[in-house]
Parts: sequence; C-alpha cells; structure tokens
Amino acid sequence: MKHSSLMKAAGVGALALTLAACAGGGTPAPTSSGESEAPQGGGELVIWMDENRATALEGVIAAFEEETGTTVEVVVKDFGAIRDDLTTQAPSGEGPDVVLGAHDWIGKLVQNGVISPVELGDLAGDFEDVSIQAMTYDGSVYGVPVSIENLALVRNTDLAPDAPATWDDLVSTGQAAVESGEAEFPLLVGIDPNNSDPFHLYPMQASFGGPVFGLNDDGSYNPDDLQLGNEGNVAFAGALAEWGQSGLINLNISQDIAKEQFANGASPYTITGPWNLTAFQEAGVNYAISEIPSAGGQPATPFVGVQGFFVSEYANNPIVAAQFLTEYVAGEEAQSAIFESGQRAPALSSAFEAAQSNEDVAAFGAVGATGVPMPNIPEMDALWADWGTTEAQIISGDAADPAAAWTAMADKIQSTLDG
Amino acid sequence: MTTTSTPERRIAPKRGIMHQPPSARSMLVKIALLAIVDAIAVFAMTILFFQESWLVLVILGAVTLLVNVIYLSPGLLPAKYLTPGLIFLAVFQIFVVLYSCYIAFTNYGDGHNSTKDDAISALVSQNTQRIEGSPVYQVQVVEGAGGLGLLATSPEGEVLVGTAEDALAPVDPGAVTQDGPRATALEGWTSLSMQDVLQRQQEITALQVPLEDDLSAGFLRTSNAIQAFVFQSNFVYDEAADTMTDTEAGTVYRDLGNGQFETEDGEVLGTGWQILVGFENFLYPFQNPKYGEALLGVTLWTFAFAILSVGLAFVLGLFLALTLNDPRMRSRKVYRTLSILPYAFPSFLSALVWLGLLNTEFGFVNEALFGSANIPWLTDPWLAKVSVLIVNVWLGFPYMFLICMGALQSIPEELTEAATVDGASPWQVFGSIKFPLLLVSTAPLLISSFAFNFNNFNTIYLLTRGGPRIAGVDENVGHTDLLITLVYKTAFEAGTRDYGLASALSILIFLIVATVSAVAFSRTKALEELN
Repeated sequence: MKHSSLMKAAGVGALALTLAACAGGGTPAPTSSGESEAPQGGGELVIWMDENRATALEGVIAAFEEETGTTVEVVVKDFGAIRDDLTTQAPSGEGPDVVLGAHDWIGKLVQNGVISPVELGDLAGDFEDVSIQAMTYDGSVYGVPVSIENLALVRNTDLAPDAPATWDDLVSTGQAAVESGEAEFPLLVGIDPNNSDPFHLYPMQASFGGPVFGLNDDGSYNPDDLQLGNEGNVAFAGALAEWGQSGLINLNISQDIAKEQFANGASPYTITGPWNLTAFQEAGVNYAISEIPSAGGQPATPFVGVQGFFVSEYANNPIVAAQFLTEYVAGEEAQSAIFESGQRAPALSSAFEAAQSNEDVAAFGAVGATGVPMPNIPEMDALWADWGTTEAQIISGDAADPAAAWTAMADKIQSTLDG
Repeated sequence: MTTTSTPERRIAPKRGIMHQPPSARSMLVKIALLAIVDAIAVFAMTILFFQESWLVLVILGAVTLLVNVIYLSPGLLPAKYLTPGLIFLAVFQIFVVLYSCYIAFTNYGDGHNSTKDDAISALVSQNTQRIEGSPVYQVQVVEGAGGLGLLATSPEGEVLVGTAEDALAPVDPGAVTQDGPRATALEGWTSLSMQDVLQRQQEITALQVPLEDDLSAGFLRTSNAIQAFVFQSNFVYDEAADTMTDTEAGTVYRDLGNGQFETEDGEVLGTGWQILVGFENFLYPFQNPKYGEALLGVTLWTFAFAILSVGLAFVLGLFLALTLNDPRMRSRKVYRTLSILPYAFPSFLSALVWLGLLNTEFGFVNEALFGSANIPWLTDPWLAKVSVLIVNVWLGFPYMFLICMGALQSIPEELTEAATVDGASPWQVFGSIKFPLLLVSTAPLLISSFAFNFNNFNTIYLLTRGGPRIAGVDENVGHTDLLITLVYKTAFEAGTRDYGLASALSILIFLIVATVSAVAFSRTKALEELN
C-alpha cells in the first residue's frame, strides 16, 4: 500500500506506453491534467455509505472537493452490507478510506483490525455526550458520530390524549380502548414470531433493573460481567410471560404490521423509533411522543444507536480521511444535511440544538437522553440469537417456566462467552 | 476474439480454412483486439509487480503469452473459440472452488481476518491513546537528513523539531519562519507542501516523534499534518521474541501457533490472524456431537426439501400440462396464462407475500381459509417444513408446467393415434409412450432443478430464516434450515463469523450436488438409449 501512488503512476504510464505502442501514439496518456486546477491537494478519498446519506452529503462533499482539491469517490452500498464488506475487503488494501456505520459494529470491527481510532481532540466536546460515549471502545474514539436514534412511546392522541404516567396506566388505557371498540390492540410492539426482538423489548426489560452487561468505572461495558441473568431480568421474564398470555405483547405483530396497524389507528400506543414517523404522518395519525413508562419500577431506558463515520485501518489516504472527518463531517452543515434527510437527531450539539425546533426530534431526543448506548463490545453479537429465541418462547408460552428458561439462556450465553 | 470473418469463410473451400491467409482488415482487427488485451494485462502485471504478488504475476504472464500464441498462430482454430470461455471458467468457477477449499483449511473469521503483520499493527494502533489532557501542537511536516520529522509549535509558542529517531528538541528561534503563531519552516529542513504530504500520507500518519529519549514518555503523532497530539502506546511488539507486551499491566502475550497472541493461562488478545488449521473445520461436527446431529438433520431435510419440491412441482406441472393440452378443454389460453403467473413474479417478492399470508394471526390463510384459527404455519417445526414446501411448489410448478407442455407438444400425434388404433387405453398411452418420451427431454431439467432447490436460499431465508430454532444446539440451527442457509448463518450471522467452517460446509454441499448430478446424468443417458 505504501507504493500505491507510485504503483498507479507506473501503471498508468505502462498502460499509456502500451496503448501508444499499439495505436501508433494516437492516444494521449491520461495524465493528471484535471488536478492542476485544484487549489493545493490532489488527494483521493473513497467513502462507502448508504444512498440516503450519500444524497444528503452531496453538497458537503462537493465543497470538500473544491476546497481541498481532493477527488472523492462515493460508493453507495446497502447500510447493512458495509460491515461485512469492510471486514472482508479492507485487508486487501482495495477497500475504502472512510465508511458510514453503526456504533455497535465497533467492537467487531476492532476485533478484526479494520478500523483505526480517530483523534477528535477538542472537537469531542462539541458532540452530545451519549454519541461520543457510544463511539468509544476500549478507551479510544473510533468514529465521528452523525446521528442518534432511539425508541420512544408514540401514542395516538385521538385514542389516548395524555401520556401514560405508569405502565398500568398505559395498559388500562389500551385495554379500555380495545373494549370500547375504538382500537384493536392495547399496544403495538413489532417483533418476530421466531426470534422476538430484544431491541424493541429492551426498554421494558431495563425497567426491571435488567442491564445486559455491567459497566466499568469509565462507563464502558464490561464483557466479563454479564448481567443478563440477574434478578431484575428474571423478573422481566415473568412479566413477559404474562404480557404474552394477555396479548399485550403479540409475537405475530411484525414490525411491518405494527407500523401499518398504528397508522390505521388500531392502537393507542406503539413503541417505535423515528424511522416510522413518516408513515404515521402520511396516514394522518395525530400522534405524540413521550417516554416509555416504567413497567418494573426503574426507568425504561431504550438503547441508543449512534451512526457515524469510521476510518479504515487500511486507508490509503489517512490524512485526507482525517481532514474530511474532523473538518467536514464534524461540521454543522454536514450534520444538519444528514438530519434533514433522515429525521434522526444530529450528534453535533449545535446541530442537535437547532434540530430541537422539530418537535418530533426534540421528543425522541428527550427520551434518548435517558437511554444507554447499545453495547458496542464484540461479545454482544453472541447474545442476540439466544436472547430473542428465548423471549419468543416465553411470550408464546412454549417455555412453561419463564424464569427457568431465562436463567438457562443466560447460563448458555455465559458459557459461550467463556469460550 | 473470433478472428475468422464471415466473408472469408464463404470464399474458402471447405478443407482449406486454416491455410487461407487472412484478409488485411481482419488481421488489423485481430491485432487491435489483442493489443487491448495485452495492454490491460501489462497494466495489471505492473500493479502486481509493485504489490509483489509473484505467483499471480507469473500466472497472468503465462496466460497472456498463451492467448497471444493462440491468436497469432495460423492454426489452432478450436482453441481460438474455446479460450475466452476457458478463461472465464477458470476465473469464475475453478478459482472460486479452489479458494473456498483453501479457506476451509484456515481459521478465517471474526478475529482472524488478515495476516499477522496486519494484526500486530492493528493491535498497536488500537492501544495507542492520547495522553489525557496533553497539549495540542501545531505542526509542519519537514524532511531533513534523518528522514521525516515534525516541526511542532507548542501551545505556549515554543518551537521544537524531532524525527522518529531524535526526540523533540527546541530550535534556534532565529532559524524559524512563522505563519502567525505556527512555525512553517526551519533552516536546514525542507517543509513538505500539501501535495507532498498527500503523496506520503501513510508514512506521515505512522510517524512517531518521541517527546523525550524514552518512548514511554509519549510521542507526537499527527493524523491531519496540521495538528499533533501526545500519544502513548500501551502495547509493544518485540520482534526478536515475537511477543506482545501490555506495558501498563505488564502482561506478555505470545504466539502459540493458534493465530493469536495469548498468555500461558489462556488470556487472548482480540485481534488475531489467519492460519492454516488443517482439518479442524471438517472435524467440527464430529467434535460437537449436538451440532453434528443438527447438521445431519439439516442434510436430510435438504434432500427431502429438494426432492419433494422437484417431485411435487413436476407432478403438478405435468398434470396441468396434460389437462390444458387436451383439445376438449375450453379457454385453454386463459388457464395457461393463469398457471404461469407465479413464474412472472420475482420469487423473493412472492416469498415475502407468502410470509404475510401465513402469519398466524393476521395472515389470509388462517383468517379466510381456516376461520380465524391460529395455526402456527411458520413457527411449528413440522408445519414450517410443510409451509416452505407448499410455497416452493407454488413457486416452482409453472416452470415444470412449461417444460412439460413443450415436451408433450413435441411428441408426434401419430404415436398416440397408432397406439389408440392398436387398442391402448389412454392410461397405457400415457404410461408407456408419452411419459417415457417426456422424461427423456425433461430429466436433465429435473436434475438441474434438484441442484437449484438443494441450494434454494431465497424461499427458506425469506419465509422462516431457517427457524424455528432447534433447541439444545449452541449454534443457531433451525428446523427448516437448508445447508446453504446454514452456511450463510455460519458465515455472516453467527455471534462469531466463521468463514472457515462455512467454506467447509460449502465444500460438503458441492460434493453432494456434484455426486447427485453426476450419477443422475449418467442414468439419463441410459434413458436415452432406451429409445
């Protein structure tokens, strides 16, 4: 990789020579004539991101190209594919310099040695604390955050004019609406028949005092301290069985059905993220956003997800990448542009403040402020499948003893983590 | 790259094609095309030369030479036609298979992603952290006799210079050129312009200028060639001893041949590297009996799924073809069009629609057809198998219908008439004449359908994701998993992605499909001889 520019120059030269030799000198060599107009640079940058963000950042990238003389190549990829593609392609040296990703990928990406820390310096103070905390793994910051998202309680104000003060309040309002025939479901939470959805059920789980991992002194997750099987979590398993039986939580309601039914006014409440608001607006639902009431006595804190840009450990152009991240992505223009396109709260504090004028963002932000970042340690990946399957068994009633099923699941995960 | 042009052929007498001198025009076209191919090859070879990939370079060189020989020499007509195809076969089939075989013998997967060198540099870079509260220096990258260095201006305005070997030292203020508070040049040193900086990015970001002679006091490093921070590295790699030392905790990690740095008592550093592990991946199912058992179940189900899918779809397609081929049937065209409809939708869209239809509570099937009964179509182990089969047959029968229809229509009417005249019943006509003739032309297609359904990822993955999960197995293996979905889950969805194990499973699939196809095709030959 050290030879990349030399290599390219040599390659282009050889190609030109061959072409010239073959074509009798007709074709001029593709020299870097375009680059002479550039103010100073001539660097290159390859960025992988999704369509949505690529469109949002068009202006910022154009400015970056013009101001620094850099050539930016944006490769549009499906968001979910970026993680695997980076892992497998970066070591070849042909990968990108910068990628967009979610903060909970960091642990795995670091384990695979494909991203390198980003030194934000004083800039770190300009971002929302939770976003920097999310981007921090093992003491280093690995990305420049751009947006923050989390779940909250969305209610249909025609069916439930006031935000529920307690979980019982929510349940009774919901059931009253069903009994009076105004609604079909007391509450809509989108999950999957086979794998449930630990992410969507986590706020309730947290309210029973059930974190997944314990914390280190610096607030980071401690992979050696699995808390999934603690008392609060087992109590949650019992509650989940009850909710499953009473139909409050229904395995057959997928994310799509939950969205569609709430948009149809079939329930006073749904627990969802900002990504579904557009559908509700289009359907003309009068909605309001508030925090999820506590079911178990402690705050119902949702997981906060942060998205941001990472630098590849194998970047061919680390300096250009650092410039782009610290001077452009961390700027208000880029942050606001991404916010406009996705309605997810920006991570830069000044842009976050500005976005507060949007009521929905402000409301989701207020709930997110109480949330905890989703763990970004690689150990987290070992959890989801077992966690979700067990929840599904408890909800469906297949697990006769929810507490025992939950404890068995926690023990199994513990033994997987112990290797 | 087909070089013999048509006019030439017309003139040439039948036996002398190869000895006719080619026309000037076709010669020119040939040379131009070859020149393009050679130019691309030379370009690629130059890149490979600088990447020091000697093996690939030699192979590419040999292939290019061979291509030139084949197309420049007067004879070798068959080779001229076959070469492009053979090259594509090698690149897209043989290489892929060989590479999968290679991966199957490695521990490639999460945490073992690249080479040892990459792992070492990643570990060091992960554990290099800014010293908390350390000052920010304004820097200018300079080059002197000792190589690259940093000309740093401290927050207090003090100007220092240093290289990787020589620690930072104050300079004579008189020799410094400043731009505002930031020093930009120093006598005896060359300041790098932005252009130069961009040319040497990796060198510059890797540059560590120690604050003092002892590296443990920290070093200056810059990520943007404008600002530098004081960093400290907790991990030191000792090349001679091949150990990684955590200087903070004093722990020494060694390479014990497992593709990672580890201590004697089993503490492991997260980032490891790829090594060859021999047959470990192939032995995994035997060493983990529960997984082995689940894998056996998955293999049997994969056979059952493929055979039943092809068999049921063929029976249904044949039945419809026979019915709709009968001249007594009215509005046959309408029925035919309707029967082909499922084929017209992309299969993954249809699968998603079926996912909705089969929802236990909200699905059309339960709501409308079973009077709101809550039949767990996709979550009960046996019903889920039935469901994926039904959906797959629904997706597959139009294809069978089409080929049966074609085959039936190609059977001469006279045969049926002759048999009828001889007094054969319609069943006898079908069983003894039509069906065997039909099988001759459809059997190869049935075999390829089998191979397709053996690896029918879409239907399974979109409907059930392999679920419901088989209890008691650590790995995420489900009742409706096919081998291919299991491979996908192992490679991309498991807590720890394991490309090595996934490749080993892929090879298993390859062997099964290849064997079944080979045996079946030799049987079809026998069928043909019957006629």
